[in-house]
Amino acid sequence: MSDLEIDIRRKRYPAVGSAAMHVALEDLRFTVRRGDLVCVIGPSGCGKTTLLNIVAGLDKDFEGQVRLPSASGAREPVIGYVFQNPRLLPWRTVAENIELALRPEQARTGIVEELLAATGLQDFPHTYPERLSVGMMRRVALARAFAVQPDLLLMDEPFVSLDGPTAHRLRLLLLDIWSRRPTTVLFVTHDIREAVLLADRILLLSAAPGTLEADVPVDLDRSRRTDDRAIEAFRQRLIEEYPQLSREL
Amino acid sequence: MRASDGRRPGLGRLPLILWQAASVGALLALWQIGALFAEDRLLPSPGAVFITLIDAIAEGELLWHVGITLARVAASFALAMLIGVPIGIAMGRSRSLDRFFDPWLILFLNIPALVVIVLCYVWFGLVEAAAIAAVAINKIPNVVVTLREGARALTTDYLEMAQVFRFGQVKTLRHVILPELLPFILAAARSGLALIWKIVLVVELLGRSSGVGFQIHLFFQFFDVASILAYTIAFIAVIQFIELAILQPLERRANRWRR
Repeated sequence: MSDLEIDIRRKRYPAVGSAAMHVALEDLRFTVRRGDLVCVIGPSGCGKTTLLNIVAGLDKDFEGQVRLPSASGAREPVIGYVFQNPRLLPWRTVAENIELALRPEQARTGIVEELLAATGLQDFPHTYPERLSVGMMRRVALARAFAVQPDLLLMDEPFVSLDGPTAHRLRLLLLDIWSRRPTTVLFVTHDIREAVLLADRILLLSAAPGTLEADVPVDLDRSRRTDDRAIEAFRQRLIEEYPQLSREL
Repeated sequence: MRASDGRRPGLGRLPLILWQAASVGALLALWQIGALFAEDRLLPSPGAVFITLIDAIAEGELLWHVGITLARVAASFALAMLIGVPIGIAMGRSRSLDRFFDPWLILFLNIPALVVIVLCYVWFGLVEAAAIAAVAINKIPNVVVTLREGARALTTDYLEMAQVFRFGQVKTLRHVILPELLPFILAAARSGLALIWKIVLVVELLGRSSGVGFQIHLFFQFFDVASILAYTIAFIAVIQFIELAILQPLERRANRWRR
């Protein structure tokens, strides 16, 4: 079992039509300890989603290398990905969407039912996604990502475009499931308070080409993070130390 | 006066079935009037055609020939879909395949149906396989074009999701690609059925000794317009039945997930 090691020397998008060549990431190196939840924050367009797609293996056209947290046994590392939009197959039911992601040996282990219950969706296994609210769809996406029992969980602003209370409930839900099914998490957001609530460590990315500007441990005890003032105080401290945060986010 | 549902009161309120009945009735009336003025042999009345139809059914001849034609329609339809759908998906997903084969596609789209039929009979003889191949070859390019459009528009989002969660090729095809392409497959099936049964009649007329097309050729030589019309009506009824009893329920089932 090992850590997630990222060493991206350069990721660029070639010029297309009138758009010039764009360097999205440059000299981005960091390690995430096994079992840690690390939040990546940075201004929009700094390459956060690009980073996740590279780690997920969706984008192989970059210079550098990524070492995934290896799994138990000989099998390849398993990745769970909660995309920015839920990406549920509309023609498959809630339960089918989760089951499809499972490996053969996970089928019928009761994990689907367990995660549907954990996400409060136990009454909707046979519902089609388009009949769900946006918040429920995001819960299904969360359940699917945890159901594969990932060695690494990637999350790309998974709670964006939800109303405040719903987003907050889902963050607590994430922490709850994560505490029961620990895994390494790389969580992208542009919401500092969200990062402070969730993360063991916060990585600050610069504007494009994205590179690591700061690596901040969140030394706020998890039991204190339910207190809004503690989170706000930490956020203030962070902004004082890195004033670019208030400009860019 | 105010209509609550925003539509004007009056004829617009009648149920669809009444409209359809009125429409068919008007068509029959026009036919009847035309038959009054025309020579009997050239345009028999609806009643005369109906009697011919019943007689032909009773003799068993009509059902036999319609059955043969339907079997040919089914075989060439299945062949055209089984070949056209994968080619269309491949061309929609691969740029180089699309670039290379696009001129072939344009060529085949523009060959007249009659040329394909005649060449198939010349090359392979007046046999069943040649007939069915000729019909399928006529239809395949249309299936390819429709499916290529669909495959080009496939959502990258779902394909990426399938890749990250390691669906593998079979699962991705079955649960991601084919369901998303289903509207295009159904569209190709619809227009395919309409085109294929017309071409099958020509193939039968030119080189088979059974089927609706062969019969119509026979009636043409005897100047038997009543039988020509009787066979036409029977066949339209069968094709309409396929649409209502197979294609539409299939479409409803495929769309049940939609809001």
